[in-house]
Amino acid sequence: MFVLSKNPINQSDLPANLKAPNNGGIVSFEGLVRNHNEGRGVCSLEYECFEEMALREGNEIIKEAVIKFGVTDLYAIHRYGHLEIGEVAIRVAASAPHRQEAFLACQFLIDEIKRRVPIWKKEHYVEGVSEWVACHQSSCGG
Amino acid sequence: MKVKVRYFAALREKVGASEELVETHAQNAIELFHQLNKKHNFPLDPGHLKVSINRHYQDWNCQIKADDEIVFLPPVAGG
Repeated sequence: MFVLSKNPINQSDLPANLKAPNNGGIVSFEGLVRNHNEGRGVCSLEYECFEEMALREGNEIIKEAVIKFGVTDLYAIHRYGHLEIGEVAIRVAASAPHRQEAFLACQFLIDEIKRRVPIWKKEHYVEGVSEWVACHQSSCGG
Repeated sequence: MKVKVRYFAALREKVGASEELVETHAQNAIELFHQLNKKHNFPLDPGHLKVSINRHYQDWNCQIKADDEIVFLPPVAGG
């Protein structure tokens, strides 16, 4: 299940199916808002999402992980709107009978979400300006 | 024909709107991009954008039809 949330991500908020009795471990990853990026001080940021496509693409990634790793209990939640330093931007979790497929599925989910899900980040810098990350032609690398 | 074009992030800010209905004779997404670029002078070129048609990633030369929802997607930065 892939979810978007305007509200803060609760650190104890994992779906019950991840603790199903046949699962022996949960691997989770949390992405936090950090106070710097590429040498610049960051004071807060905004995430903007193309909600309908983000939900479709996020759930497609989860389906791919189910096929690829044979893991059925997967979860990802991405925040949008205004976030302060230290807040959770994304939480990804994979639960499985054994640790190896849980680690692999969790890594796959975060990598593919970052690569494919239409969500954009605008950073507010300490010097008072704001910029969309990766939206300069010169920094996009073709 | 008419299509709906939606804008996000840097493109939304440049256009000053999150969507518009566009009358076009464009056959595909790249022709539509060039038509709209004359009006809006987008801050990113097609080499730095992806395109979605009806919420699926597509190639720039993908044919478009009436009532399609088209988005020129800036580089994503989630996570």
